[in-house]
Amino acid sequence: MAQATGIKEIIKPENLVYRKTKVMTDNILSYCPGCGHGTAHRILAEIIDEEGLQSETIGISPVGCSVLLYEFIDIDWQEAAHGRAPALATAIKRLLPDKFVFTYQGDGDLAAIGTAETIHTCNRGENILIIFINNGIYGMTGGQMAPTTLPGMKSSTSPYGRDVKLMGNPLKMTDIVATLPGTYYVTRQSVHTPVNVRKTKKAIRKAVHYQKLNKGTCFIEIVSNCPSGWKMTPVEANKWMEANMFPFYPLGDLKVPAEENAQKTTNSEKND
Amino acid sequence: MEKELRLMKGNEAVAEAAIRTGADGYFGYPITPQSEILEYLMEADPYHTTGMVVLQAESEVAAINMVYGGAACGKKVMTTSSSPGISLKQEGITYIAGAELPCLIVNVVRGGPGLGTIQPAQSDYFQATKGGGHGDYHLIVLAPASVQEMADFVELGFDLAFKYRNPVMMLSDGAIGQMMEKVWLSPQKERSKTVPAWATTGKPATRDRIIITSLDLDPNGQERFNQKLVAKYNEIREKEVRYEEFQCEDAEYILVAYGTSARVCMKSIQLARAQGIKVGLLRPITLFPFPTKRLNELAGKVKMMVSVEMSAGQMVEDVMLSVNGKVPVYHFGRMGGIVTEPEEVVDFLKSKI
Ligand SMILES: Cc1ncc(C[n+]2csc(CCOP(=O)(O)OP(=O)(O)O)c2C)c(N)n1
Ligand code: SF4
Ligand SMILES: [Mg+2]
Repeated sequence: MAQATGIKEIIKPENLVYRKTKVMTDNILSYCPGCGHGTAHRILAEIIDEEGLQSETIGISPVGCSVLLYEFIDIDWQEAAHGRAPALATAIKRLLPDKFVFTYQGDGDLAAIGTAETIHTCNRGENILIIFINNGIYGMTGGQMAPTTLPGMKSSTSPYGRDVKLMGNPLKMTDIVATLPGTYYVTRQSVHTPVNVRKTKKAIRKAVHYQKLNKGTCFIEIVSNCPSGWKMTPVEANKWMEANMFPFYPLGDLKVPAEENAQKTTNSEKND
Repeated sequence: MEKELRLMKGNEAVAEAAIRTGADGYFGYPITPQSEILEYLMEADPYHTTGMVVLQAESEVAAINMVYGGAACGKKVMTTSSSPGISLKQEGITYIAGAELPCLIVNVVRGGPGLGTIQPAQSDYFQATKGGGHGDYHLIVLAPASVQEMADFVELGFDLAFKYRNPVMMLSDGAIGQMMEKVWLSPQKERSKTVPAWATTGKPATRDRIIITSLDLDPNGQERFNQKLVAKYNEIREKEVRYEEFQCEDAEYILVAYGTSARVCMKSIQLARAQGIKVGLLRPITLFPFPTKRLNELAGKVKMMVSVEMSAGQMVEDVMLSVNGKVPVYHFGRMGGIVTEPEEVVDFLKSKI
């Protein structure tokens, strides 16, 4: 082994295969090992960086594990009350229509306490991006049942598993907002493998593009994990997510812009 | 440009004054007795003249959080509602106070608790002046007693809100909101083209990112912030007390009343003086900060004070604290949406003399 090789010899531009995104701050992420929040932040930051959006962006952080998101991405931020981020975003975008405005919200934030704000913001077709981190649980408060918790899934407030007769059914918010005329692009992605990371990144980039064109609400669900709340190792959590979350929350586009569909058809016609 | 004279409802005056003062945004939800404000703005459609955004929100909760978003962009934004809706806004209001954002909130008070009545009341005094939501904070509270003041306090409210980075509440009531009076309206002002340095506008390379939040997980940091707020509220107490006195010079008895009750008391004073009772009125215009010093001074010169409010007795507690035991202080007033009669005040006064 090249034990004698000094670190200085390794750190050379030609050896650089991966680097810190400029718009990520130096603050240490406050997330548990293996948590999807960090990866989601990173690709969001990459897009802001690559699209040159730093000076154009106003982000809204939620109440949830990602409440301190404003410590990690170097843009202007507003921290919203639990569930209210879309209301803030509505006003920001209407008052500053040239800015790129997005919310980043957990499933408790977006699909429980903030249900009304989510639905009405999407229904008005506010020209913003909503990033929805669905980990099926209330991570921050210690793993309680969320509106998205799967049937039979254990949490600290469904210790015997979610009994849908008693506790109601999990809510597929993304499916709901896809039916609303105000949404333009609705997709469900994940960030647990490099391939999925790339797909999610592509989705965010599209949403940025659509917002520039004033197309309406873009809604990106990221089905994610919560190793701590689920009481699993990071590897177990991702496996469990694939086996249990994805069948219930299938990945893929729920609503794609009509023009993109048309584009696809022409492209495939060309290919044929 | 000259001021313009119009005959308007108090609610309409708020809406027109908001446009004229160059407000950037209004976010509201219908509720009696103040729906005219949103209706007037929708009809006036200022977006196409001044660029002012007007939006009917899905709830008062959403409306106040829209105000948060707009205020954090450094914009002049406002919302209006009546008692039940103001209760819903409390979460947003404490976040706005905690994030030190300027905005104007108008409460056209109706009787409560609960759904209560749609008639005028002054039963939201505690909620308005003592915080209303959770945590240690204060709103600056302005109490209009005329349609003219409902118009004037829009501009004053925004000025104070931006001066102190603090939410301002105009505490009106269903009577002043609904009645028509002559009002002098200021000429149209342009909306501000600049925003304060603390506002989120998108981070240029030349400055650090701006974070608007009310969160501080470090108790020491949070306490320092609380102390900063206390210092701000003390400065407001020092500099922003506003009140009006009426026939207090020779008074042996003082009525303390704001808003509609103050108007009732003007008549009561006339009636009482005709019977030889020397009574005057102190009308607080700011309810926070409260005219504590002045009431304490007056207490040294009179025999008794009566706080006249359309409530079960809320402001009376502040009058008592101000007077600090120097003279007896009583509360009198009707509730449930009933406006106190001037004669009733005189009868009460006589019963205590
Ligand atoms: C009004 C209000 N109610 C409750 C809470 C407590 N609380 C903080 S975070 C949270 C749930 C967050 O869960 P989620 O949105 O799924 O985010 P995660 O932590 O899982 O990323 C709750 C209930 C709060 N802060 N405010
Ligand atoms: S509690 Fe769950 S969601 Fe929160 S940081 Fe830990 S793993 Fe992530
Ligand atoms: Mg969650």
